[in-house]
Amino acid sequence: MKNPLHVNIRRKIFAGADSVAVEGLALTALPGEFVAIVGPSGAGKSTLLNVIAGLDREMDGDVQMDGRPLHADGLITARIGFVFQEPRLMPWLTVKENLMLVMDKRTDSVERVRHLLREVGLADIEQSFPNQLSGGMQRRVSLVRAFAIRPELLLMDEPFLSLDAPTAARLRKLLLTLWGEFHPTVLFVTHHLREALALADRLLFLSSSPGRVVLEFPVQLPRPRDLEDAGIGELHDRLLAQYPDLLSGLAEEKPSASDIPDFENRQTI
Amino acid sequence: MTPGSREAWLRGLSLLGFLVVWQLAAMAVNKPLLPAPTVVLSTLWNDLTEGSLLYHLGITLARVAVSFLIAMALGTALGIVMGRYRDVDAALDSLLVLALNIPALVTIILCYIWFGLTETAAVTAVALNKIPTVVVTVREGARAVNRRLMEVAGVYRVSMWRTFVQVYLPQLYPYLMAAARSGLALIWKIVLVVELLGRSNGVGFQLGTFFQFFDITGILAYTFAFAAVVLVVEATLMRPLERRLTRWRA
Repeated sequence: MKNPLHVNIRRKIFAGADSVAVEGLALTALPGEFVAIVGPSGAGKSTLLNVIAGLDREMDGDVQMDGRPLHADGLITARIGFVFQEPRLMPWLTVKENLMLVMDKRTDSVERVRHLLREVGLADIEQSFPNQLSGGMQRRVSLVRAFAIRPELLLMDEPFLSLDAPTAARLRKLLLTLWGEFHPTVLFVTHHLREALALADRLLFLSSSPGRVVLEFPVQLPRPRDLEDAGIGELHDRLLAQYPDLLSGLAEEKPSASDIPDFENRQTI
Repeated sequence: MTPGSREAWLRGLSLLGFLVVWQLAAMAVNKPLLPAPTVVLSTLWNDLTEGSLLYHLGITLARVAVSFLIAMALGTALGIVMGRYRDVDAALDSLLVLALNIPALVTIILCYIWFGLTETAAVTAVALNKIPTVVVTVREGARAVNRRLMEVAGVYRVSMWRTFVQVYLPQLYPYLMAAARSGLALIWKIVLVVELLGRSNGVGFQLGTFFQFFDITGILAYTFAFAAVVLVVEATLMRPLERRLTRWRA
């Protein structure tokens, strides 16, 4: 993929609801870029991902990837990996079968599944059913499933929510390893600012409903970064000091680069 | 004792207890109207080795199998469609309620009158009696299908066929098993009535003949054989199948 991902949702209303869920939400992501989308609950973060994934087609807007529409005639034209809030594995399929399910039988072999499972330390459980695994393990399988299809675009909807800190840290590390290997464009939805700062190349902050991008913030700290790094903590504190309402949904218009002079690592947006 | 063998013991024990009570009752009554299980068993053995019991049992089993498969296939298809599409459900629901409540005997008689005293009429009548209950059970399952899992298949572009077999159908297994279980029980019973009314072979036909001669020992011997077949089918087909389909729950 050489061209960026363009998302432009002009308007999205849920059937039966009076309020607008998303309005005028536009974003762009470069090929292979890791973009975190941060916003309060109800800002339409999940809706955004569902629209991009083609799960929600009832909207006014368009999504372009690699220079062509991502959804054409009800079909999706790119390989999209989706890591949901819950693992969403098929409980009646073994770990191996869960991966085989999404892979292409013509081009992918059982050997590739085995290789992938070995690589992420899951070789021992390929014959296990999801119910026999811990929550952390299930998320790990769900993450591997997303990479099993060699995604061009990876959508992640608060994938590490409600996990204990060490498990979440291990999964973040695995995510970055796999991202480095396959280079998909990543849209990572979270409301955990430190997590976003630790993972992403760039953060997009959404306003409260109807959600739109109110602040764009590039992170230029070198990788690997840890959630508890001093640099992350400093960025976190400064962002919140300057925009106290950032996480509950900033109301004002998108500030221009000159409005945030005290960030030495800021880029022209 | 493992839980499995303990369960097997309890199953056997209850059957044995039933036989003992029957034997004692027969000895107390001491009349041909209630033959003892030992007498019935020896008649059963005779019919099995020298008589035509196996032939009639085989015919009945074949009718059960064919009408069961037809009823499950059509009932499942219709149940899925009605569970999935609200309009179809609304259009067919009152017809379904009607079909559920038509007495089996009416369907059987009408089939024989319209299609003649043929094998087709017999199997059709049995299947028609069973289809509505399959539809109701499977529709319930189709309504409870987990959309989140279907979304996974959608995003990952899993083919229609694989989505159906590996994502959709497994969610219906518990409902299909329930429909199959209650279906077999119902079909056994209806097949005998169908045979009694319009066929010249099968267990139902034989029971009719015994009835005319008040041959209670014969009736019970056939019932015995029949019950044994049901238990064997349950133990060798239904339970292993259910275990296989639900092994992931462990």
